Amino acid sequence: MQGNIACVQGAIYSGMRFFAGYPITPSTELAEGSARELPKIGGRFIQMEDEIASIAAVIAGSITGHKAMTATSGPGFSLMLENIGYAYMTETPCVIVNVQRGGPSTGLPTKVSQSDTMQARWGTHGDYTAIAVAPSSVNDTLTETIRAFNLAERFRTPVTILLDEVLGHMREMVTIPEPGEYQVINRIKPTAPPDQFEPFAMTPNLVSPMPAYGEGYRYNVTGLTHDTMGFSTNRADEIFPKLEKLRNKIENYTDEITKLRVEMMDDAEIAFISYGTVARTSMQAAAIARKAGAKVGSIQLYTIWPFPDKQLIELCARCRKVIVAELNMGQIVHEVRRILPRDIEIHTVQRYDGEILTPLQLLQKVEEVM
Amino acid sequence: MATIVEKHKSDVILSYLRPRKKFPSVWCAGCGNGIVMSALIRAIDNLGLNKDEVIMVSGIGCTSRMPVYLDFNSLHTTHGRALAFATGAKFAQPKMKVIVITGDGDALAIGGNHFIHACRRNIDITCILINNYIYGMTGGQGSPTTPAGSFSTTTPYGNAEKAFDACALAQAAGASFVGRQTVHHAPQLEKLIMKAIQHNGFSLVEAMSNCHTYYGRLNKQGDAVSMIKMFKELAVPVTKAKTMTPEELRGKIITGELHEDNVKTEFCDEYQRMVDAMAGRK
Repeated sequence: MQGNIACVQGAIYSGMRFFAGYPITPSTELAEGSARELPKIGGRFIQMEDEIASIAAVIAGSITGHKAMTATSGPGFSLMLENIGYAYMTETPCVIVNVQRGGPSTGLPTKVSQSDTMQARWGTHGDYTAIAVAPSSVNDTLTETIRAFNLAERFRTPVTILLDEVLGHMREMVTIPEPGEYQVINRIKPTAPPDQFEPFAMTPNLVSPMPAYGEGYRYNVTGLTHDTMGFSTNRADEIFPKLEKLRNKIENYTDEITKLRVEMMDDAEIAFISYGTVARTSMQAAAIARKAGAKVGSIQLYTIWPFPDKQLIELCARCRKVIVAELNMGQIVHEVRRILPRDIEIHTVQRYDGEILTPLQLLQKVEEVM
Repeated sequence: MATIVEKHKSDVILSYLRPRKKFPSVWCAGCGNGIVMSALIRAIDNLGLNKDEVIMVSGIGCTSRMPVYLDFNSLHTTHGRALAFATGAKFAQPKMKVIVITGDGDALAIGGNHFIHACRRNIDITCILINNYIYGMTGGQGSPTTPAGSFSTTTPYGNAEKAFDACALAQAAGASFVGRQTVHHAPQLEKLIMKAIQHNGFSLVEAMSNCHTYYGRLNKQGDAVSMIKMFKELAVPVTKAKTMTPEELRGKIITGELHEDNVKTEFCDEYQRMVDAMAGRK
């Protein structure tokens, strides 16, 4: 099965019943797969007129009670970002898949890249905290999609899945999980009667119960900064808690959101830090290096945002050197530099010519820094 | 008796507002938006719609604040995208009545693409487009309906561009119900909105309205009252317009039901038929 189709399967397993999208290479199989599968199970697929409309329809689909997803690639993701910001502000759960290709602009439609990593965190205007996940195999893509939906519903927020062209089009064996094999989280519904309902209430975990339109709550949803009733406000004492809520409902739960794959790190002196398809290359390079007697380990970031500061600091504490490998001019390396102590050397392997990184290139880097 | 009737009427309006939360409104005194809003409320009340089953969607602009004032499921979205959000909402929950309130800038400039595609799909959304020829909220800039030659803050020497005819555009793009009224003709506007909501398919009601604060002032058309009187002068019912020459109709506003097609299928119905047919084949 292809990575893009595994993503559709994961979404359907999670309860996705609404997909709106606009075709763009290399994400098209996500739209095609959804168009094929959703009508069979009572779901709905619509091909909108552009990416802006697609994410708008997805947000509205979510507010009317569906788990909803869209998929796109770089230029389409850029177009969606204003409305993704709307989803952050209105606390609307939804999943956006960005099958990354080279950029900027139309760039490299059929070539691999990881150059939208920062965009998934900082793409839309204003202050907010984002969640982004990045699988590295086709099977991972299925399970990480389930996790993305769970995070979206749990935290009432958009979640970005960062795939890349290679992963989207790669074919591997996939096990479709049985119902119940993975936990599926659904948004919390309000229990208060409609006349006492506060749609954006400050709850202890900062996630407010969310009714669907049509369930009798008749509340206002606006992209304007709003009070707990959902009405726009200009008052500093209402603006501040709203924005703090957007940040803290995620940042206070970073440990719950963070997921890493850690290999051969117990005694590692050199650690690879990577994500997506590059993480597989790193893992293999580390295994080859081990056979040759070098103490190399690998850390794969399944959760890219929020960045797993605490976990990485702990894992790298005994390393002398870290190699950050990514398919861009250096995006995640800035985060690694931000958090690691000065006595750890940070090296990079970057590739941005549309080709993948090979284990050989990473091993050459290991030799170079040893 | 009149006072009791008056009181009753005002109670109908009040029962649909969110008075304690959202008033006074952002609208200028005398703004035509209030007339459109009361016509809309009366239309909904006459039809006896369940408040919980109505979704009011809007984009950005003076006009687009209307759903926020009304006690329905209200979705105040990004600039120009009301119809895209509305399409998602209607397609996701076809049992809901989806009504879009939008302005000329919102629907026809930034939202122009969504406008033609919503018409093309013939999805069952009622779009009330309040056309006041200008951007009000941002302070009087030209819009796609600003008449050629007229003044705005971005057409200080007269507009060199041509204006859209929203109704002709909607009909050409595939909308199955198209009508136009002015804020001078409030009862007729109410009836037109009623028919539009009852119509199964994409329905456009273009409500010609006054922005005396910007358009009226910049084009020396006077205050709200004189602008509304002007609409009375300019309006020509569609039946009468058929007997008039293009020269006689120049500068006039043709009002009434301009187009109705009850044969064209509605999008959500069509999707459901496809799903049912698939289930039957299995």
